[in-house]
Amino acid sequence: MAKPIQSIERAAAVLRLLAGGQGRLGVVEVAGSLGLAKGTVHGILRTLHHVGFVEQDGGTGKYQLGGALLHLGTSYLDVNELRSRAINWADALASRSGEAVRIGSLLGGRVLVVHHVFRPDDSLQTGEIGLLLPPHACAIGKVLLAYDTGAAAAAKETAEAYTRRTLVAPADLTRALTEIRERGWASEAEEMSIGVAGIAAPIRDHGGLVVGSIGITGSMDRLCDRGRVPKPVLVSQVQDAARAVSRELGAQR
Amino acid sequence: MTERFVLAIDQGTTSTRCIVFDHRARLVSVAQREHQQHYPSPGWVEHDAVEIWRNVQRLAPQALAQAGASVSQVAAIGIANQRETTVIWDRTTGVPVGRAVVWQDTRTDALVEELAGDAGRDRFHDLCGLPLTTYFAGPRIRWLLDATPGLRERAERGEVLFGTMETWLVWNLTGGPDGGAHITDVTNASRTMLMDIQTLEWSDELLGGIGVPRAMLPEIRSSAEVYGKATVVLPGVSIGAALGDQQAALFGQTCFSPGEAKCTYGTGSFLLLNTGAEIVRSSHGLLTTVGYKIGDDDAVYALEGAIAITGSLVQWFRDNLGLINSAAEIETLALTVEDNGGCFIVPAFSGLFAPHWRSEARGVIVGLTSYITKGHLARAVLEATGWQTREVVDAMNADSGLALTTLRVDGGMTADNLLMQFVADVLDVPVVRPMALETVSLGAAYAAGLAVGFWPDLEGLRRNWHRAGQWLPNMDAAHRAAEYDSWQRAVERTFGWKKIPGKEPQ
Repeated sequence: MAKPIQSIERAAAVLRLLAGGQGRLGVVEVAGSLGLAKGTVHGILRTLHHVGFVEQDGGTGKYQLGGALLHLGTSYLDVNELRSRAINWADALASRSGEAVRIGSLLGGRVLVVHHVFRPDDSLQTGEIGLLLPPHACAIGKVLLAYDTGAAAAAKETAEAYTRRTLVAPADLTRALTEIRERGWASEAEEMSIGVAGIAAPIRDHGGLVVGSIGITGSMDRLCDRGRVPKPVLVSQVQDAARAVSRELGAQR
Repeated sequence: MTERFVLAIDQGTTSTRCIVFDHRARLVSVAQREHQQHYPSPGWVEHDAVEIWRNVQRLAPQALAQAGASVSQVAAIGIANQRETTVIWDRTTGVPVGRAVVWQDTRTDALVEELAGDAGRDRFHDLCGLPLTTYFAGPRIRWLLDATPGLRERAERGEVLFGTMETWLVWNLTGGPDGGAHITDVTNASRTMLMDIQTLEWSDELLGGIGVPRAMLPEIRSSAEVYGKATVVLPGVSIGAALGDQQAALFGQTCFSPGEAKCTYGTGSFLLLNTGAEIVRSSHGLLTTVGYKIGDDDAVYALEGAIAITGSLVQWFRDNLGLINSAAEIETLALTVEDNGGCFIVPAFSGLFAPHWRSEARGVIVGLTSYITKGHLARAVLEATGWQTREVVDAMNADSGLALTTLRVDGGMTADNLLMQFVADVLDVPVVRPMALETVSLGAAYAAGLAVGFWPDLEGLRRNWHRAGQWLPNMDAAHRAAEYDSWQRAVERTFGWKKIPGKEPQ
């Protein structure tokens, strides 16, 4: 076994202490209980605060366990929060690419359309926020499957064909998801509707966890070249937008 | 040719932002910093003008660095600012005589009653287009002059200067005590109650009536013209525009034709309707204001409906009740229930603005039963913004004789999908969101860009506007009418709550 990482052990000790049912504790109390330097404890508490595992009382400055700990395992980033943090970057992507933009998040095995920006040509379009899409058949969904093994396994069992190009064979899906992880973006070419293509990239939080996807969708001839390959300039615009939203959420990359 | 940019400074109520736009009006970078809100006593709201200036000094270079641009690539600076917030400072030291008194502050309530006297609150309405309320800057200056020993004498001698935030920033950017330009623009001046709305000049009658010495006032200029060059922060760059934030949003939404309207949903919300060269006098509690004035062109006027508390009700729900962790989560909480459960919240925290203008009103939550959950309260919070918009639109339709056909929206709350659908439902017109949500800063950038020839004309700007989202009305008419009736009865219950000394509640 590799050597344990000391700061993680200490963080675990801080959490156990706070969970000990003594109510809120200050930095000095935590440091005293654990026999650690005040500065060390302060650093650990600030980091735990940053990820939502502890909360600080505004008045006394003391700490207690945070709400995020109670929701470990469920989607902890509120989808409406994701929309409000991403909205400017989604607009910028639509404006640069000239295509409609969608942001997705997994919900019960489907992709929830969290946000939708119209294609900026002022043509008649319908809002898609709240729609649930099959994840294996669209770019914003495939990205999410690529970084979520549980959801990917479930999708492989239930994948339905929408066109003759929809990926339904488990081996095909596995190969596609591996490729998405390797290159960091996903595409769809007439896999859900004839004539429609999509490109998407992952949105990561401050720890690197994929919490959503952002992508463009539009006609095959605008998004892909003759070989049905997504145009590189659009791919990089999508990746830039995904990185910008991730930065907004505190991600390092 | 190197790429050139326009820098917009959006000096808002809760934060200051510097935003860089490219020639296609696309947002390139944003730097933002909040400033502290001071609440020294109930109804009082103050900002530290020095902190705000320090933030601008820090943010402008930050925004440029993020955009990878040098100072020489900045074609112009445009300023959009929180309106009516009043600061008085020493001309020789540049130090404010106290904290800035913010537009939400109601300390002048007794003073405006006194100024209204027997003539009523519309005493100055014909001259300045505004009713006497605690909202505007003029009475705030008078209050500060009365409350601070010796200040009136210093103001009369021109030793202290008055400004709203754009004046303060332009003065500091152009050198401060060392020859700084002491100017304001017509849109900001139109919010002081001291400017004649027709001549666009300070009015002796208004100055005398409210009690403000002319010597402390800035020079009134157009919204888009070069006021001078910055000597600090971005040395050598022309300052090409200043507009009150709501007028900037009207401009950024390219509402250049009479009949076009926008609503900006922020801390408060502001619906402005372009009325062209015509000065429309409201008989339904709306404000007549200057929309913008480009260089030597004629001024364009607007009708305005101001709603004091919209986004700040969500903030209150988050910070004071602690039922959500972030403003966006209100939508999640509201979606846990089907409807408001019969509950209505009227957020008359510092009185009601348009169309009621009741400074003695205070907020209520009505329709409480044991059935009501936090989800219903979240619904009621969001719906309060929708119904307040409806009241203003009704007033605007009545005054202008036009029926609003579409509402252009912007501001942070437009990220709330449930709210935008509700607004479309209660107004019964489509609600449209443009591609660029940052319309306040975009408007300031547009005006500054026009002033220096970075953009040629209004038509070119109009072509930059694209629809990013749209919500279509989808509410049963009878249900809408019944809910509106409940809302109006809830509003009546806010009236007359705060007792003003010497005056019986109505």
